[in-house]
Amino acid sequence: MEHSGASIHLSAVVNVFVTFSNEEKRSLSLGGHVGFDSLPHQLVSKSVTQGFCFNILCVGETGIGKSTLMNTLFNTMFENEEASHYQNGVYLRPRTYDLQESNVHLKLTIVDTVGFGDQINKEDSYRPIVDYIDTQFENYLQEELKIKRSLFNYHDTRIHICLYFISPTGHSLKSLDLVTMKKLDSKVNIIPIIAKADTISKSELHKFKIKIMSELVSNGVQIYQFPTDDEAVTEINSSMNAHLPFAVVGSIEEVKVGNKMVRARQYPWGVVQVENESHCDFVKLREMLIRVNMEDLREQTHARHYELYRRCKLEEMGFKDTDPDSQPFSLQETYEAKRKEFLSDLQRKEEEMRQMFVNKVKETEAELKEKERELHDKFEQLKRMHQEEKRKVEEKRRDLEEEMNAFNRRKVAAETLSLSQPLKKDKDKKK
Amino acid sequence: APQSLDKEYVGFATLPNQVHRKSVKKGFDFTLLVAGESGLGKSTLVNSLFLTDLHKDRKLLNAEERINQTVEITKHTVDIEEKGVKLKLTIVDTPGFGDAVNNTECWKPITDYIDQQFEQYFRDESGLNRKNIQDNRVHCCLYFIPPFGHGLRPVDVQFMKALMEKVNVVPLISKADCLTPGEMKKMKDRVREETDKYGLKVYQFPDCDSDEDEEFKQQDRELKESTPFAVIGSNTVVEARGQRVRGRLYPWGIVEVENPSHCDFVKLRNMLIRTHMHDLKDITCDVHYENYRAQCIQQMTSKLTQDNRVESPIPILPLSTPDVETEKLIKMKDEELRRMQEMLQKMQQQMHEQDL
Repeated sequence: MEHSGASIHLSAVVNVFVTFSNEEKRSLSLGGHVGFDSLPHQLVSKSVTQGFCFNILCVGETGIGKSTLMNTLFNTMFENEEASHYQNGVYLRPRTYDLQESNVHLKLTIVDTVGFGDQINKEDSYRPIVDYIDTQFENYLQEELKIKRSLFNYHDTRIHICLYFISPTGHSLKSLDLVTMKKLDSKVNIIPIIAKADTISKSELHKFKIKIMSELVSNGVQIYQFPTDDEAVTEINSSMNAHLPFAVVGSIEEVKVGNKMVRARQYPWGVVQVENESHCDFVKLREMLIRVNMEDLREQTHARHYELYRRCKLEEMGFKDTDPDSQPFSLQETYEAKRKEFLSDLQRKEEEMRQMFVNKVKETEAELKEKERELHDKFEQLKRMHQEEKRKVEEKRRDLEEEMNAFNRRKVAAETLSLSQPLKKDKDKKK
Repeated sequence: APQSLDKEYVGFATLPNQVHRKSVKKGFDFTLLVAGESGLGKSTLVNSLFLTDLHKDRKLLNAEERINQTVEITKHTVDIEEKGVKLKLTIVDTPGFGDAVNNTECWKPITDYIDQQFEQYFRDESGLNRKNIQDNRVHCCLYFIPPFGHGLRPVDVQFMKALMEKVNVVPLISKADCLTPGEMKKMKDRVREETDKYGLKVYQFPDCDSDEDEEFKQQDRELKESTPFAVIGSNTVVEARGQRVRGRLYPWGIVEVENPSHCDFVKLRNMLIRTHMHDLKDITCDVHYENYRAQCIQQMTSKLTQDNRVESPIPILPLSTPDVETEKLIKMKDEELRRMQEMLQKMQQQMHEQDL
């Protein structure tokens, strides 16, 4: 009796659950303070303990000011030797630093492109950069697909932001810039900046910025847009979007202006102050990059660029989300199927190779036999010729001997004749 | 005493004046080639140098159009006059140089152009009617080095190597308002070092005579030490220190093109126009053109002897030391011949012995 009662109770509970999932979600009002409004704080304190990580890729010609800008942005001296213009190709140099501000730890990786723009033929210059970005994605994907994974303490090396340094020619983008940015825009967040901007006057700068943006738009290059969906930062972000590309000046030297020491560049005709907003857009860049949108950049990298990479990679490997009957495939099944296919492929190849080997051996054997036979024939022929020769020589010898004998006989005959002859002559004479 | 002087005075001291008069009457011509990547201020500098606007309404290409761009050669000729002296100035521009993604041998159209002018002059000079020869030979090449790097780049080195035997190359550091005085010194030292290292022969100022006064010598020294010149150009006139000057207006100050403490524009102008224009022409005629001519003639005669295999009727210029290669070849062939002769002798001997 107790059993049946319990079983009835159980089925009732099950029923309730079943109906629950088919209902719409209802919002309830709270009767008092529960306390889950501390969730964001919990999240924040967890992140702070974990520490943050941020990866910047700097793309630009040698000497354009990448290292100086990084030093200026983070207010520190990252070690850096000057690069040479004579590299054979482009290679990427990642360096990781641990920074701390208040109680926030930042693991910062700065990737430099060494040799970019120096070669005479720059058709392949973009390739090492794209390869590097893909490799970081690949590493993350591998970690994700592992059986035993530890994503929470995995050092994420995926590039969160690419700062593209444009040369301040004042006319437009260079052809290399356009080609490279087009290759990168679907893989990484790009913020274009005008480097060494203290060589362009205000009016030229205005025209230059418009030209650059119109060239990017007309060639379909997607650069990073500061997000305007979060109302806390909408206003500042949309106004900043209008100032792209940022015209920056970097400096680690300090000059006395008024009664303060500021970071600046001292010229005979004046002092360019890095943090003066009417001199350059450095402050805007710092605001946008570090103080406002750093987290959004990380999110975009993971949610957009990495997902795109992952999808393409898996589709390449033959995975699909749904099979021909539109039933969701499980990754396991697909994986098993792939493995079987691969193994059978391997076996087939092995068989083929073995067959080929056997055939080749047969062929060579046949050839060797043929050669042997030929040699044999030749030998026979030579032997016969030799015998012929010998016979002929023998004949000649016999002939010669006969001649000799004949000659000897004649000689003897002649001698005997001559012996008897002189007597006769004498006789004749005497007569 | 004055009387005896008069008697001894022949009068050929007026020759310089006569030369002056004749040359003013004849007028001068000068051809200047400017080369360098887009956006380094070449056109602006030329405008500033000659105080005219040579490049009105020019069309600048987009980045997309420049991906596969080839180098063009464009010429602008203007006649300008100053105090009765007429100058026919030709500026040869090279749009597209270094702008494509693949710039292999992008200097070829330029060297071809220079050779063409030499060839043209050579033909005219060897012709029958030499009255009105037009001299279109390039007298000077201004090469613009970008100030954004750490010195010379591979394309700069290759370009100067290709042109240094054909024309006077004057390298300039462009957009000099990008470098602070300390950075500028470092850049100039770097460029000079790399010029020596890669064996680049750029235009050298002739040494001044030993009997010039000390001040002149000092100026000459300063001039030589400040190469390569760091220049700034401007198409606009601004108000600075109460005067209207050519300059660039920035929020932090005004750069004056003609201020020697701001850049070397004045030094370049003086050198190019006021003192060394004629020397540039002389070196073009006496050195670069003569090299071209000698090469040309040598090629022609070697071709002739190959074709005819007889003594050429044209007096052959004394060839420079015979090719080391051909000498070696001749020696080898001689050796072979000797060996074959020896073998022949031996065989003959053998046969002779056999017969015996």
